[in-house]
Amino acid sequence: MKKTLASLLILAILLTSSVAFIGCKSDTETLNVYNWGVYISDGKYGSEYDTIAEFEKYYKATYGKTIKVNYTTYDSNEDMYAKIKSGASDYDVIFPSDYMAARMIEEGLVAKLDFNNIPNFANIGDDFKSLYYDEKNEYTVPYTYGVLGIIYNANVVSPEVVEEKGWSIFWDEAYANKILMINNPRDAFGLAMYDLGIDVNTTDPAEWKRALEHLKAGKPLIQAYVMDEIFNKMESGEAAISTYYAGDYFTMLENADSSVDLRFYQPPVTNVFADVMCVTSKSRNKELAEIFIDFMLQRDAAVANAETLYYGTPNELVKNDKDYIDYLGDDAKILYPDGFDFKSQINKYGYRNLDNDTLDLISSLWEEMKIDSDTGNSTIYIVCGVIAAVAAATAVIVIVRKKKKNKSYDD
Amino acid sequence: MKHLSRIYTLLIFIFLYAPIAVMILISFNSSASTYVFSGFSLQWYKMLFHDADSMAALRNTLILAVLSSVIATIIGTLAAIGLNSYRNKYLKSGIMLITNIPMMNPDIVTGVSMMLMFAFVGGLVGSRSSLGFGTLLIAHITFNIPYVILSVQPKIRQMDKHLSEAAMDLGCTPFQTFLKVELPSIMPGVLSGLITAFTLSLDDFVISYFTIGSSFETLPIHIYTMTKKTVRPDMFALSTIIFIAVFVLLVLSNILKVDDDEKKRRAIKKQLKKAEKTAKKAVQ
Amino acid sequence: MNKKGLFGKLAAAPHILWAVLFIVGPLIFVLYYAFTDRSGAFTLKNLTSAFSAQYLSVFIRSVVYSLIATLLCLVIAYPVAYSIAQASPKTQKILIMLIMLPMWMNFLIRVYSLMSIIGNAGIINSMLKSMGLPELSMINTPGAVIFGMVYSYLPYMVLPIYTVMSKMDTRLIEAARDLGCNSGQVLSKVILPLSVSGIVSGVTMVFVPSISTFYISQKLGGGNFDLIGDTIERQFLLSNNYNFGAAISLELMILILFCMTFMNRFSDGNESGGMIV
Repeated sequence: MKKTLASLLILAILLTSSVAFIGCKSDTETLNVYNWGVYISDGKYGSEYDTIAEFEKYYKATYGKTIKVNYTTYDSNEDMYAKIKSGASDYDVIFPSDYMAARMIEEGLVAKLDFNNIPNFANIGDDFKSLYYDEKNEYTVPYTYGVLGIIYNANVVSPEVVEEKGWSIFWDEAYANKILMINNPRDAFGLAMYDLGIDVNTTDPAEWKRALEHLKAGKPLIQAYVMDEIFNKMESGEAAISTYYAGDYFTMLENADSSVDLRFYQPPVTNVFADVMCVTSKSRNKELAEIFIDFMLQRDAAVANAETLYYGTPNELVKNDKDYIDYLGDDAKILYPDGFDFKSQINKYGYRNLDNDTLDLISSLWEEMKIDSDTGNSTIYIVCGVIAAVAAATAVIVIVRKKKKNKSYDD
Repeated sequence: MKHLSRIYTLLIFIFLYAPIAVMILISFNSSASTYVFSGFSLQWYKMLFHDADSMAALRNTLILAVLSSVIATIIGTLAAIGLNSYRNKYLKSGIMLITNIPMMNPDIVTGVSMMLMFAFVGGLVGSRSSLGFGTLLIAHITFNIPYVILSVQPKIRQMDKHLSEAAMDLGCTPFQTFLKVELPSIMPGVLSGLITAFTLSLDDFVISYFTIGSSFETLPIHIYTMTKKTVRPDMFALSTIIFIAVFVLLVLSNILKVDDDEKKRRAIKKQLKKAEKTAKKAVQ
Repeated sequence: MNKKGLFGKLAAAPHILWAVLFIVGPLIFVLYYAFTDRSGAFTLKNLTSAFSAQYLSVFIRSVVYSLIATLLCLVIAYPVAYSIAQASPKTQKILIMLIMLPMWMNFLIRVYSLMSIIGNAGIINSMLKSMGLPELSMINTPGAVIFGMVYSYLPYMVLPIYTVMSKMDTRLIEAARDLGCNSGQVLSKVILPLSVSGIVSGVTMVFVPSISTFYISQKLGGGNFDLIGDTIERQFLLSNNYNFGAAISLELMILILFCMTFMNRFSDGNESGGMIV
């Protein structure tokens, strides 16, 4: 009987614990920061500076109060959006990319900032203010930016060829099975559209279909559609041509096999992105969140983050910082190429937030593209058919035998 | 025949452990690549000692895995026993059908639909954040239960029904019968259900991602979200440490058990000999 | 027996309560999205458009790949489970833990490691190269996807088969031997029938999750052999279309049910213990 009681007790605990998660409150003020993975200087990679710990110290020293920062991570804009949109979470500071910031502003998911709390916004270069996603500079503070380029192995493709061909090198049969394409509809379509000279933000279905045909035409040359595997495949020399961001090129370069000579080329027409800091409209600690954003723009934090992320920084203070310039060395030529005009690039070629119909169209076209090649690969279906037939045959035999057996038992 | 089967089992173990060997190798890599091995170094292990975030994530993951697998095993085992006593076939298969839904759905569907439900309930109650450790635990228990039931069921079918009937006839209450007769005979199934549930919970990313709150992280989330850039060998080093720790524990517990078993066996042998002697005497 | 029945029903009660709260609850959301469009109006368009040729071929591919993977797992796991069950009890326990242990490592890390084994510039190929043999292209093929599935789900096949085989009534095997069965006959007439329930559990635990898997195909198949799980994931995240994603996954559930019903028919004719249907 005691044990019955015990098990009932366990059940009761279970049920209460399922309710208990609602309405948890703690005394110390907390700030929930939600950022991309490995997207801040945490003292591990690159810089020794632990941003979150430093912020907690800074806040205590300046405002005399102890706060706790909960720092958690996501791996894509879409994952983050799904969670914020559901309304189930209580994040304060988020780091969406440009097009996602536009969507979240439109849907009222992020709040207008009080720039009185963010005096360091003055550090941001003019090139990064008043961009299409936040024309009046009300909701966002730029954190970092990057440029998409062609990363290639110069032992296989000569730099002259890459520079002459630009994006069309992804359709060059000489490099069949050495090309990696990004496994993400927006980026892959974008590449085809840059090559065809189509506006990447068009809502005309015919244009998207034209890009689809282009992608299909290039499909036989593609070795694989990749995301983060791109690092391994480029570093080891498995593939020779790919496209990724300038900052990531340096990671690959650092780790590449000695037989591989990786280079970076930035075509004149290419995608640029900006990741920005926002405060969610649900945030209860808006002022604290703004102080955090301001802290991220201060010299020490901004330099440490720029060094760790290795993308471009919109922060003028950092760009002119001697430590940072020394740290970059020659890499600066690729991260900050001469004559690069961020504002006109992002306004002309950046991916924007599209309407739902276009998004559905893209996803259905992408499915079509992915399946297309497979119809040619019919051997696998023959093999499968044979295996399935054998399996079915054994199944039938087993059933028949069993029935016979059962009968004999019955007798 | 015996040698053949041993060689075969060995081959399968090589197949299962080959990636683990690669993982251990990469954890000693002197560059940050997880593919190109450029030389031996202990830098990633050194880095781990200062990495409080990963350690906290590991701790959360372990707490979650232990709690969710134990609770799921209790609920699942009881359910398997209960379902076995159901006479109504349709009711039984109906319940099993619902039970298996988390297994049939892609993780993302389970994760998102749970998140939506928690958000809905949270909205009704008017709370600011409806996600937290509780919701994460619920999600893990939910996707663990079908695996527990599936592990226990074969054992229940194997169970000798007459034994429990005999126990009842001898005056055991149903609960006593369960504890003293049924549970011991299905124990291997319960244990394998527990191991399976623990394993699944330890490694889940997608469902956890959508049901976790804003205040902490689990290790799979910590690792997966690194793919915005790239996963570094320090996570390989962490996994290597976990692997070696569990491996050593297993070997140790086995050695201890061997000693224990030896003692028991000797005792039994002694008794047998005694019995033999008395039997011989009796015959004489 | 009445008392026993009452205990039985009570034993399943916590689970039924749990299932209603946390399985049926979320399922309502899936159903709601599957039958509505973005504006929330009732529609059947999601369900019907999932039947177009392009999605159908992904469905077929997912079923075929996971069937092959399940069969391979069964063929590989059965002898392993048998030989583990033959070992002494203490070795059995450690062997089973050893079968499970690799799965305790992070999935992403295991997939990365698999990639560096079968990759074009991977370990196998560099070994072949050093021996002067021609290199193989293993990654980015359907075979690699199936290989990944087998690797990830093999332990879930070994475990239930092993539990049934351990503590199997050895007197039956001895009896069969005494009655003149050779070892092949012992296997097919005694051991196999006795382990059917374990096989059914194992097959369910491998087939059902592998049909909806999505990460393996992207990484090992080079994105060329996407499975239905990939499609559903993209609907949910990239095009933010919960409605269509929910509809596809609803159809996937029905498809799995159909497959499992068929399987149960032939594997477990006399007693439909507690399988999916």
